[in-house]
Formats: sequence, structure tokens, C-alpha cells
Amino acid sequence: MIRRLFRSFRNFVYEIDQLTRFSFKMVLSCFGRPIYISETMEQMYLIGIGSLFLVVLTGIFAGQAMALQFSNELADFGSKNYLGRIMSLAIIRELGPILAGLMVAARVASGITAEIGSMKSSNQLDALLSFGVDPIRKLAAPRLIALVVMVPVLTIICDVVAIVGGWIIAIFLSHITSTTYLSAVNERLTFGNVFMGVLKPVVFAFIIAFISCYKGFTTKGGTKGVGRSTTESVMIASISILIVNFILTKVVFSFLKGYL
Amino acid sequence: MIRLDKVNFGYNTEQVLHDVSFHIKPGESRIIMGGSGSGKSTILRLILGLDCPWSGEVYIDGENICGQKLKHLQEIRKQIGMVFQEGALFDSMTIAENVGYYLFEHTKKKESEIEQEARRMLEFVDLDPGIMDKLPEELSGGMRRRVAIARALLSTRPKIMLFDEPTTGLDPQATKNVMNLIRKLRKEENIAVIIVTHQIADALKLADKFVVIQKGRIVFDGDMDELRGSENPEVIKFLAPFRESISDVVKRNFV
Repeated sequence: MIRRLFRSFRNFVYEIDQLTRFSFKMVLSCFGRPIYISETMEQMYLIGIGSLFLVVLTGIFAGQAMALQFSNELADFGSKNYLGRIMSLAIIRELGPILAGLMVAARVASGITAEIGSMKSSNQLDALLSFGVDPIRKLAAPRLIALVVMVPVLTIICDVVAIVGGWIIAIFLSHITSTTYLSAVNERLTFGNVFMGVLKPVVFAFIIAFISCYKGFTTKGGTKGVGRSTTESVMIASISILIVNFILTKVVFSFLKGYL
Repeated sequence: MIRLDKVNFGYNTEQVLHDVSFHIKPGESRIIMGGSGSGKSTILRLILGLDCPWSGEVYIDGENICGQKLKHLQEIRKQIGMVFQEGALFDSMTIAENVGYYLFEHTKKKESEIEQEARRMLEFVDLDPGIMDKLPEELSGGMRRRVAIARALLSTRPKIMLFDEPTTGLDPQATKNVMNLIRKLRKEENIAVIIVTHQIADALKLADKFVVIQKGRIVFDGDMDELRGSENPEVIKFLAPFRESISDVVKRNFV
């Protein structure tokens, strides 16, 4: 039992070590030549446009559900006019980044791992090497850049859509005036809140890129292995996003309390 | 040209190759035979510099390729063309993009020029250039294997070609086509060829020399006559099912 625990711990440390080394290589490969511009643009399109519908859909319904819950609760205290403030805070700081991060992790991380993993199992990565092409630079770097650009953009879209969802509930169900709701939202658009709302998706993008590419590049065991890597990739990326979200919230609270 | 000197290698902690040594001269052909998991494909990976041995050296043109910087290693690799198991074609690219991949990646040639070269190379491997716009999944196994050969040839004008199980999974006609193509490469281009296979009957017709590898150790290295006369029990056991094929080849060469 103890031996098994020790072995699991050793494997965990080994994996973390390998992931860290791989992540370093990925970041370094974004600099220097050749730069794969067309691949990066293609990935931006696939990640950004491909995830847009999903993010908009989840954003609007999550925003409405939240507004409904908050407005009912606030009504008990006669504070319905604060709905905009709470929505603005909750969505920009937490809900937007988390929702967009998890949606992209589910949709994009699985795709990246499956694509790179099946290339690995059919020797295509070795073929790239034999043609003098660095697979990390060719495949991983464009995906990293595309994610770092597109996840914050998707998050901002998610924020806007969720606030609009809340606005619909505020107007038609909670009977708050549009001006009251929007000015309350605007009041909480402070530097600290917006900074936290943009910092988080950037970090989540790195997490999704590192984990999904690493899992793809280390896939073993043919098609079954590709399936296993894909599942693990989504699972690890999602859990990591939730854990890192908590840590980032704590860190930002510690350092930027005055700006929040 | 290629020299492996007391190479030991493995994956994780499991040793796959034990003290492997052999030497290939320019223009020579060598078949590496052995059962599944005996370490045949690993030898090709080491020659291409995709892996580095635990101990021992791999020399290409007198230069030890291990520990070289990636840029220099790429220069060395330019002399070598590799046809991977099942071709390893890039499945999201068309046949034209696959064949011209090296030129797209490393030269500033126009797309039309690269397509022209890809067309010429497809004709060289006896394929209809009409397949240029198709995806690899639309081709048969034998055609994919020939596209992979065309891709390797167009890449760097190699002096050495490495074939990893070039005929595995192919029907007899496709096998014959690939074998003829390898023969044509040797005859017309004077390219040194290393073929890794466990399909002995086909391979015997292609090479000057043979290496038999069992459980990661070389148990035989020599020509056809030496192979026939070998008294090494491991060689005898390995070749027992193919005795008839060996006799056929010898007879044909003699006649």
C-alpha cells in the first residue's frame, strides 16, 4: 500500500517535471524562426470562431440564471437596484473567465490532444523531425499563441453576453430600469476588476495549451491511447483551471485590494 | 557511410538493443531481419538521430550524430530519406502537399514549381499525378507507401534510404510494386538502402547483405551465401520457415 502510494507520488512528480520542461520548450519555440503565421491564424480562427457559439450560449443563460437568483434574494432586502453591481462583479471577476476557460478546455483541449496524439501514433511527428521541422514549433507554438489571444477575447464576449442576459432579467422580470442596472454595472468596472477579468483567461489559456499539447505529444498506445490522453487532457485542464482560479483570486486580492 | 559501434539502447528502463555493431558502405543495400519487438525499427530511429544510444556511437559519413546540435543534425539528416511504417503521410494535407512538404517548408520555391516537382516524383514512383489533390485516406496502402517514397526522395535527394516495414500489410501486387520501386532506386539513383522487415521472402530478393537481429542482439551479419551456410542455431531457427525462399533466390541468381 505504502509502496503503491510512493510509486504514484513519484510518477506524479515525474509528470510535473516533464510538463514543466515541455511548457518551457513551448514558450521558447514561440520566439525565433521559422514563425508559422498561417498555422497560427488558422488556429485563432478554429479556436475563436469555433468556440464563439458555445461561449455565447453558456454566457447568456448563466447570466440570466444568476440575475434571477440574485434579484430574488436582493428583493428580500429591498436592494434590487444593486443587481447590476453584483452581476458586474461576479461575471467579470469569476463567471466569465471560468465559463469561457472551461468551455474552451472542453472543446479545444480535446481537439488539440486528439490531433497531436493521432499524429504521434501514426509516426507523423517523427516524419516532421526527419524533414527538419521541430514539431513543437510547428504544432504547439501556434496553438499556444492562438489560445493566449483568443481565450481573453472569448471571455470578454462571455462577460458582455452574460451581463446582457442579466439586463433582460432585470428589465422584464425584476422590473429594474435599464439605466439603474447599467449604471450599477458600470460602477464596478474598475481597473482591478477588469485586470482580474483579463489576467485569468490569459493564465487559463497557458494551462489549456500546455496540458493539451503535452498530452498529445506523450500519447502512447495507438487509438486507445489517443482516447485516454484526450479524456485526461480535458479533465486535468478543467481541474487546473478551477484550482488556479482560486489561487489567482487570492493573489489579486492580496496585491490589488485597493483597486478592486 | 553508416556505422553503428557497440550501440546499447532502450526505452525507459527496458533495454532493447545490446552491443549492436554493423557497417554500411555507399550504395550498399542491407536488410535487417528479425521478429516483432527485436529492435529493428529502433535501429532506424538511431540512424536518423531521432533517439540517442545509452552507450556506443552512430556514425554517418564518419561523424558521430549523437549530441549534435539540432541544426547540424538536420544537415546530416539531409543525406537520409526515411519511409516510415505505413507511410506516415500527413493526413490533413493533399498528396501534392505531402510530396512537396520539404520544399514548402525549407525553400522559397513557388507553389506551381513545387507542384511540378511533386508531379515528376509521382511519375517516378509509377503513380498517376491525377491523385495530387486527393487526401492520403483516399489511397490504397500500396499507393500511400509509394507516395511516402516520393516524399522522401523529393525532400533532400538522399544518399541513404531507410525503409521501415515497407511491404507490411500490402497485397502481393502492391508488395511487388514497392519492391520494384526500391530496386529502381538502387539501380537508377545508386542510393544505399536499409530495409527493416519481417517479411523475409520478399526482402531476400533486394539486398546484398543481411543482418539478423534477435532480442536486440545481432546474431548474423553477412551475404546470402553466408546466410545459407550459417550454423548459428538462432539463425537456423529464425530462417527455418523461409528455407525454400532462400533456395529460390539463390537458384535464380545462379541461373
